[in-house]
Amino acid sequence: MSLTARELWTVLHGLIFGSLFLAAFAGGLAGLYSLRPDLVTVAGIRERLTRLLAGTWVMAAVAWITVVSGTYVVYPWYRASPPGSPRNLLLADPAKKLWHTFGMEWKEHVGWFAPILATAVAFIVAYYGPQLAEDKRLRRAAIWLFALAFVAAGVAGVFGAFLNKIVPIR
Amino acid sequence: MMQRKPAGPGAAALVAAGVGIFVIGLMTTLAEPLPALKNALAWYNPAGPLSGKTGVGVIVWLLTWVVLHAAWKNKNPDLGRAFGWALSLVAVGFVLTFPLFYEIFTR
Repeated sequence: MSLTARELWTVLHGLIFGSLFLAAFAGGLAGLYSLRPDLVTVAGIRERLTRLLAGTWVMAAVAWITVVSGTYVVYPWYRASPPGSPRNLLLADPAKKLWHTFGMEWKEHVGWFAPILATAVAFIVAYYGPQLAEDKRLRRAAIWLFALAFVAAGVAGVFGAFLNKIVPIR
Repeated sequence: MMQRKPAGPGAAALVAAGVGIFVIGLMTTLAEPLPALKNALAWYNPAGPLSGKTGVGVIVWLLTWVVLHAAWKNKNPDLGRAFGWALSLVAVGFVLTFPLFYEIFTR
């Protein structure tokens, strides 16, 4: 049972960091949605805020680690020039070409939206704190940004999983 | 009684995120019909122009955030309007990075 360095980096990028972000989304969304005085007590808001603050910053950090490791570590192996590189294998096969020209091309750009949006949400939670519970508009804006970060990470994650199945990086 | 913080810093974070995403989209679409720009965006050769497209987007995002935060720090701009701008810029960013859209310019 062994993994090459490239396989290990691919697992770290997609399965560990990327999946962690997507999996943590539900908790973060529930935390933001329920941060309302009509749903929880003052003590409850304080308790949730501590968790939400840590959660949103960890998610933003994980999103940054995912895109940086993807772009600067894994992607160069994918697009390398040898004929056997994943990109060249896809482009050489008309039946699989679309996985690169659509899947990879969209994934590599849209994935970068997630850390930007997640950082903005983490800042809003950190800056406004308990005021977020009373300010419905600000809370809604944060929820929307958070959901859009999930959509961007989801697109990148789904295409990444399929691409790694079709042309694994070894 | 908790002292209410101004809406400015929140609005700045929202709009700046939208601007950063829009710029990543703009670089992606502009790089297709402009080979000179595509080459110039290859800041790190192994990653190609992706490094520059996202690098420009991140730099513009951070600069916009710093400038807007300083300008709106103690102000109360219309949060709904700021959110509307952010949402629109993010939506346009999604379209500009969509391969079926930007490939129109290379045909």
